Amino acid sequence: MDERPVSLTLKLVALAMFAFLLAPLIVVVPISFSGDSYMMFPPTSWSLKWYPAIFADGKMTSAFWTSLLLACVVTALSLVIALPAAYALVRLKPRGAEALSSLFTAPLLLPTIVLGLAILIVFARYGLLATFPGLVAAHLVVTLPYALRILATALATLPIPVEEAAATLGASPFTVFRRITLPMMKSGLIGTTALCFLVSFDEVVLSLFMTGPRIQTLPVAMYHHVEQQADPLVAALSVLLVVLTLLVVLVVDRTSGLARTFVK
Amino acid sequence: MAAPASVAEVRNRRLALVVALIAPIALVNAFGFLVPVLNLARMSFYEVEPTGAMREAFSLATWAKVVADSFYAELIFNSVTVSLGITLLTLVCSYPIALYLHRSSGTWKTILLVLVISPLLTSAVVRTYGWIAILSENGLVNNALAALGLERMRLMFNETGVVIGLTEILMPYMILALLAGFGRLDRQIEEAASTLGAPPLTVFRRIILPLTLPGIALGCLLCFVLAVSSFITPKLLGGGRVFLLATEIYDQAIVTLNWPLAATLSILVLVIFGAALVLYTRALRAIM
Repeated sequence: MDERPVSLTLKLVALAMFAFLLAPLIVVVPISFSGDSYMMFPPTSWSLKWYPAIFADGKMTSAFWTSLLLACVVTALSLVIALPAAYALVRLKPRGAEALSSLFTAPLLLPTIVLGLAILIVFARYGLLATFPGLVAAHLVVTLPYALRILATALATLPIPVEEAAATLGASPFTVFRRITLPMMKSGLIGTTALCFLVSFDEVVLSLFMTGPRIQTLPVAMYHHVEQQADPLVAALSVLLVVLTLLVVLVVDRTSGLARTFVK
Repeated sequence: MAAPASVAEVRNRRLALVVALIAPIALVNAFGFLVPVLNLARMSFYEVEPTGAMREAFSLATWAKVVADSFYAELIFNSVTVSLGITLLTLVCSYPIALYLHRSSGTWKTILLVLVISPLLTSAVVRTYGWIAILSENGLVNNALAALGLERMRLMFNETGVVIGLTEILMPYMILALLAGFGRLDRQIEEAASTLGAPPLTVFRRIILPLTLPGIALGCLLCFVLAVSSFITPKLLGGGRVFLLATEIYDQAIVTLNWPLAATLSILVLVIFGAALVLYTRALRAIM
């Protein structure tokens, strides 16, 4: 009888598939240290020139700052907008709360290409295309559903008696929320922050519809760069982005448990 | 001191509070989702004049064009079949990983889970760029083939590249969906079957596979839907030579500026989504 928890065949096949899954992320690392002027694997010579080249590329640096600022603004707004909504829907349980949550998370069901086109047409009418507020609004459409969902789950799983105890001892509803509820939601808040930041920072399809020569986000600038020429610059940028992502993931894992935040 | 509030007053105050708390999200939803989507549906009936200008009218011209022109029938058929192929391939590649993850535990499982989720959190542009590095003329595969004295293969700017790239990009979604559906899988049932003399393949076919069908259905739905609407990877790996619904929508919207046509094709994507959802519900009812 087979007592081993995982059979050797399964292990080997799974590891091969892991290699396939991670291949495109691994392959950019050596290319980022390439000395060639166009992308080649393996590189014929090695150098560190592509990392400084990112910072010399005015388009990439300005796109990076736009994306960073955008992600921060979108994340902050997502928290400020989704938290009251989650509280209202979960705690005050108005009639039709479920229908409302479905409506508010519905943008996630729509393919981003369709959503992008729909937003483009309406935002064009209000002169919001290729503007920072326009980008913020478009990104909020996709970050808010995530934020609402995570925060609502966090709120629904809190032990209510602690809040009741505080209220009984004379704390006003707002004080209870600020001093008891909010600190207990810490892991949900961290998860929301991380996810909104990453979703906004990486968002490319909606942004492609919303950007123009006047304003570009980093993923859009990278997309156009890859479309026009395949040089190792994007590899160096990719390595920096993967490191940034891993850093965010690591922080989330340390503070609230990755599995709980993303899988559940 | 004010008089105690009546029940109606308390209820009204509560309602006002709810409205105030959800007003911001409702505003974003209305302005960024509801209005645009309804507007999109309406725009598919607008008229496009020969000059390319749009006229707010109720016309079936765009729909008639899409129905009559065999290019669009082919486009839709091609999108659906390529997406189905990608879905199947993603399932085959993801299943062993999901099963392995399901059976591992502790730190090792956490590490593997991070490895599955990390690509998900990495931009599709970055991962597609990685695939260009692997599949292009001077890429990993072709240089390896050349080093072995074999002929170079054309792996990019055709459907092969799009299928390989999208399969990998969709794998994390499939793996997570499979894992979510693996709940009924019990090690003891498998052990009972093998104790009773079933060879491993029979255990897989008769025990593991049927128990994991709900996860498979969910993963396939998710991946199919994402494949039909994905656009960055087909655009970069297809190099403008692979025509799919999503890339056509983008081109019509941004390059040709034929918004009614782009809107019509978008509605068709939503129809395909609906059909996939109906099939999924049917399949789920059959296997549960």
